[in-house]
Amino acid sequence: MAWTRDEMAARAAKELRDGFYVNLGIGIPTLVANYIPAGMHVTLQSENGMLGMGPFPFEGEEDADLINAGKQTITELPYSSYFSSADSFAMIRGGHIDLSVLGAMQVAANGDLANWMIPGKMVKGMGGAMDLVAGVKKVVVVMEHCAVDKKTGALEPKLLKECNLPLTGTRVVDLVVTDLGVFSIDKHGHGKPTLIELAPGVTLEEIKSKTEAEFDVAESLFAA
Amino acid sequence: MSKKVYPDAVAALAGVLRDDMTIMAGGFGLCGIPENLIAAIKLSGVKGLTVISNNAGVDGFGLGQLLETKQIAKMVSSYVGENKLFAQQYLSGELALEFNPQGTLAERIRAGGAGIPAFFTKTGVGTLVAEGKELRQFDGETYVMESWLRADLAIVKAWKGDTEGNLIYRKTARNFNPMMAMAGKITVAEVEQLVNVGTIDPDHVHTPGIFVQRIIEGSHEKRIEQRTTRKRD
Repeated sequence: MAWTRDEMAARAAKELRDGFYVNLGIGIPTLVANYIPAGMHVTLQSENGMLGMGPFPFEGEEDADLINAGKQTITELPYSSYFSSADSFAMIRGGHIDLSVLGAMQVAANGDLANWMIPGKMVKGMGGAMDLVAGVKKVVVVMEHCAVDKKTGALEPKLLKECNLPLTGTRVVDLVVTDLGVFSIDKHGHGKPTLIELAPGVTLEEIKSKTEAEFDVAESLFAA
Repeated sequence: MSKKVYPDAVAALAGVLRDDMTIMAGGFGLCGIPENLIAAIKLSGVKGLTVISNNAGVDGFGLGQLLETKQIAKMVSSYVGENKLFAQQYLSGELALEFNPQGTLAERIRAGGAGIPAFFTKTGVGTLVAEGKELRQFDGETYVMESWLRADLAIVKAWKGDTEGNLIYRKTARNFNPMMAMAGKITVAEVEQLVNVGTIDPDHVHTPGIFVQRIIEGSHEKRIEQRTTRKRD
């Protein structure tokens, strides 16, 4: 059984450490907040200008002046702080954020990431993604292992030898969590990912057939 | 009464607006946007505007209103995903667009206000964003040069302001407003509460009045883009 969105988020949450300052992207990465281990102190940063993001407000208590980067209403915590976008990105670009979890359209074997535009089709923009991958100490991508072609229904691998969409950053991804498994990427090294975990019931043959990039398999997987 | 205080948004923009000018507009999504001043710009009918703003509002609200009237010729933004009209006008070639990484955008504006013509950043190296720009090595890493952004007019929104133009923002409605206030040749602020000098503790001022030339008190709809809530236990 491939992992669900929640199981992928729970796996990404294993990268959290006590005392971490963390930025979570929109989509599955947002779910990571639900899997912060009890007793672990993790501070969530929102790049629109807040540290210490709290949960969604109770109905009737929404505040238009208090939103996250996905424009959703949120709440503050006793240790929260607010600041300008310039200060927010000083945290991000200055290397003060420990972990960034974000989604991807494509990841290449060397850690290149594409997640902000499809030429001629999608014009949304990169938001803070380019700053996050350039400045945050560790970058974790959470994504479906393959995209589905809407016309043909064919599966299109997203972990590739090289990205063919415009890049968000070069050699920036450290870890990729998909519904089928987990890959570590040696982004400053020889540029070959290592499969370090398989989702339950997923075989090496299946994940190989759905991955364009060549990858090594961790010894710990053979032992299992 | 201080010479900075104007009765309303239309009066505060009188003599300032002209076709083809560059305007910075504060806000993130619909949070902390200068609603009254945007409405006054729409009313004025000025066109050919270059607007520097992180987002472009939504269809029918915020800067989306100025897209409807086709007053904007170019946007400098980081994310415009909420606005269908924007995508339409861009893909049809009616609207020019310059995407900036959000942190680069914030820093370019800050640099503009601080008199720093350019700076180097790692953000965007190896991507479309760095094409045609100077690259330089610092301590073995590659950085790209980004230039300052300044504007003929900056319109910003604060929670509280005094008659000297000292501003306090509230929660995440601060966002791009403080840097834009610094980077406008003329900065017009709209506030929810305009108070007399001496009311705001000088230690609590976010934007000192030197950056604000005109100020108005406005009424604010403060529309919520994504109303998300949780159930009570």
